[in-house]
Amino acid sequence: MELIQQQLPIVLHSLNIGFLQTLKLFIVTLLGAMPLGLVIAFGSMSRFKPLSVFTRVIVWIVRGSPLMIQLLIIYYFPGLVLHNPIWGGGESGRFLAAAVAFIFNYACYFSEIYRGGIQSVPVGQIEAGYVLGMTKTQIFLRVKLLQVIKAIVPPMSNEIITLVKDTSLARIIALQEIIWAGQSFMKGSQGISGAIWPMFFTAVYYLAFNGIMTLLLGWLEKKLNYYR
Amino acid sequence: MLNASNLMKSFDGLGVLRGISLQVNEGEVVAIIGRSGSGKSTLLRCLNNLEKVDGGTIEIDNQALVKNGVYCPAAMQRKLCLKMGYVFQNFNLFPHMNVLRNLTEAQCCVLGREKDQAQKYARELLQKVGLADKEKAYPYQLSGGQQQRVAIARALAMDPEILCFDEPTSALDPLLTQEVLGVIRSLSAEKRTMVVVTHEMMFAREVADRVVYMEDGVIVAEGRPGEVFDSDKVRSFTGLGD
Repeated sequence: MELIQQQLPIVLHSLNIGFLQTLKLFIVTLLGAMPLGLVIAFGSMSRFKPLSVFTRVIVWIVRGSPLMIQLLIIYYFPGLVLHNPIWGGGESGRFLAAAVAFIFNYACYFSEIYRGGIQSVPVGQIEAGYVLGMTKTQIFLRVKLLQVIKAIVPPMSNEIITLVKDTSLARIIALQEIIWAGQSFMKGSQGISGAIWPMFFTAVYYLAFNGIMTLLLGWLEKKLNYYR
Repeated sequence: MLNASNLMKSFDGLGVLRGISLQVNEGEVVAIIGRSGSGKSTLLRCLNNLEKVDGGTIEIDNQALVKNGVYCPAAMQRKLCLKMGYVFQNFNLFPHMNVLRNLTEAQCCVLGREKDQAQKYARELLQKVGLADKEKAYPYQLSGGQQQRVAIARALAMDPEILCFDEPTSALDPLLTQEVLGVIRSLSAEKRTMVVVTHEMMFAREVADRVVYMEDGVIVAEGRPGEVFDSDKVRSFTGLGD
């Protein structure tokens, strides 16, 4: 116990730095995947058959294969197979590759949630907008959008909480996020080696952050409950 | 005011409208009656451009929405349909907007009215349908009859020349039906042009200037309520007047 007390400041410092990288990946993924998901959703709902089929196949591949494999392919394929290491070396290259993999993967999941949300708005709502003379854009923005948002908040909350934990997968390409930081004390870092507790301790960070996210998303869901 | 001729419409090869011609004159209330599946709702939906006809002509104020099956440009379609108001069987109020905003949204974004002006008009209309105290309520907080009266006020807010009702009381119990029919009755007293698809035979008889009886996608009988309801074909359908 005394030993842990001695190690604690050093470990916390490292974990905090790692967690910042985790947080950065989380935020960048959300910012990229939420709009990209909408584009993919419109693609899969397109009445132009080749586009909707193509989009659905992509979504199937991305949702049907492990994110860890996608990370490895996106990071290593250009350099090892094409001999064109587009990501460059170092932490910034790894972050870029991880961000691309995460954004694309999560956009595919989000697209299906969006699609369900858009299709859940009753056709009578669209017709009501239409007989009042609204344009398609007005109907989407004024009639459908808020109803879609209300419908997608609960499933999106689920995905967002999963994303917080999924960021740990970026460890596989040695992104220096919090798991990597915790693990470094097993191999030896800053005079501490063979310590496994820092890695276990990373769970506290995920739990705390997901606690905040749960409260935040719950608040949003409640806020949208002003109508039924 | 509204002139439809030889309308044809089929769903998956099944003829739902088979050469319907209908004229609606200014200040007239036309009731369309007939069995379920006779095509009366489809007719009303075609007149309001919610369905596209396969053939025929629809003229609103002497301007063709569709001529011999060929539709005018989309922008023109929207402009012409603004002359028509439509009240749905299941109200279709916007659930995320309160009553007042249900009435003002399209006034502002479609007709370009100022918010104050739109609200003033909306309040007048709510008064008219007896819901002045409900402007802040959300649709889920209202009874079916109240929701339908809001829907009527919402349609009126756009100042349509012709107001169409698609079975406006079919989703309501008898008591709520009466409050909605009361509103429609008061509109007919104002000489509003209306087309009402309904199963309320007594109401049709009382309020309509003209009754149209449809069967299998064609108009079988048409004329003053007394004449139509007394014809043998309609009698067998309504069970009235025997």
